[in-house]
Amino acid sequence: MILEPDANPKHSIVTSVDPRIRIIAAMVFSIVIVLGGKSAILAVLVALVVAAFAQVRIWALVMRLAPLNLLMLVLVITLPFSVPGESMFLLGPLSYSFEGFGQAIVTALKGNTIVIMLTALVATIEPVQLGHALERLYVPQKLSRLFLFTVRYFGVIDSEYNRLSRAMMMRGFRPRLNLHTLRSYAYLSGMLLVHALDRSERILDAMRCRGFDGRFHSFDPNPHSISWNDGCFVIMLGGWTAVLLNIDYGSW
Amino acid sequence: MPDEPLINVHNVTCGHGGGEMVLSDASFRLDSGCRIGLTGPNGMGKSTFLHLLVGLVPVHGGELEIFGSHRMSPADFTEVRRRIGLLFQDSDDQLFCPTVLEDVAFGPLNLGKSADDARDIATATLTQLGLDGFEDRIIYKLSGGEKRLVALAGILAMEPDVLLLDEPCAGLDETAEKRITEILQDLPHAMIVVSHNRAFLRAVVHETYRLEDGQFHPHVWDAE
Repeated sequence: MILEPDANPKHSIVTSVDPRIRIIAAMVFSIVIVLGGKSAILAVLVALVVAAFAQVRIWALVMRLAPLNLLMLVLVITLPFSVPGESMFLLGPLSYSFEGFGQAIVTALKGNTIVIMLTALVATIEPVQLGHALERLYVPQKLSRLFLFTVRYFGVIDSEYNRLSRAMMMRGFRPRLNLHTLRSYAYLSGMLLVHALDRSERILDAMRCRGFDGRFHSFDPNPHSISWNDGCFVIMLGGWTAVLLNIDYGSW
Repeated sequence: MPDEPLINVHNVTCGHGGGEMVLSDASFRLDSGCRIGLTGPNGMGKSTFLHLLVGLVPVHGGELEIFGSHRMSPADFTEVRRRIGLLFQDSDDQLFCPTVLEDVAFGPLNLGKSADDARDIATATLTQLGLDGFEDRIIYKLSGGEKRLVALAGILAMEPDVLLLDEPCAGLDETAEKRITEILQDLPHAMIVVSHNRAFLRAVVHETYRLEDGQFHPHVWDAE
């Protein structure tokens, strides 16, 4: 299994924007959405338009939104019972209020907006580029390096897992609800951990052999300069964000 | 002194984790320009021997002389690691960076080169190995043969005097093996090559030793 971004890396208007700008834009946009309220429907539309320009794969977006909306469904069912207001219907002594229903729907819209925007702007960044962008945004090196190591060795550990579990299946192992299954899975995960630990020692040995002394030297594999395209993106998204802010707080 | 050996292992004893000795009173010598093959049964410590030479495994007895100085403490091996390039058996252990260019530049950066110099060295080394255009490739998406070549590039970029290659052809297909063989034949470095592959060793090294029971024995291939 290989980590892939949520859109084809072929350049679309959005995916050719510098990853750093996309990360910051997604953060600023999310904060504005969280603080807003009246603009919720327009905000969803803005996010969907950006996702369309980013050519996000529909299926990837659905897979991200599904668990979120399951949670939101619970909210829509339960929240109105605890918010006072005009009653929509009564369930025994409990009143399901219009106000609560409205609040739950707005929350659901905000949640979806943020996830759609994050998918469009951040999940479309190649994982390696995301790591580099975080490093260049002065995220502590320990964190960004940890992220890059994870990206690098995710596939290695995954193929180790596949090898071990295939070997178990080849010897007739079928997972069932019994102690044998639990014990076998415990051995499998223990083995993965031991292998990963051994490998980390070998990686450190190999790094030492190449003169590593505990400090990473800053090295930017592809220095990125801000382009016209980046500027246009900032102006467009910034403009729409300002419109949303104005609907919530402005005089329009 | 032109005749001084690069590596002189004198009656060395060493073990790995388990307590069993891998080398007992063993001697070995690598001269400049020499290419030595190392073969022998599995588990006899061929890899451990290579790791011993770069200070990853401690010496229990005897003398280890590398580049004309005695090497004992971890600090002694700092210079050794700059001048000896060790290619690990599993390239995934060696290539820890996300992209090819970063990995090849890692060694030069550690040697104190500036980012620009490191980039130039890395690009030139990749070109030397016929890996032009690989700079931005993502390492976890490379094939086994490509990984091995990039790992080799990472070592050559440090401009070492000696190469230690641990099973450089293991797990590679015929085409990749042929490519590695040709590259190694063209390199000027003194090297120690661990391999079980007779044809490969014959093509690459001048003489072969067998490591068995803690000793090095001159190895003569059986008549075919």
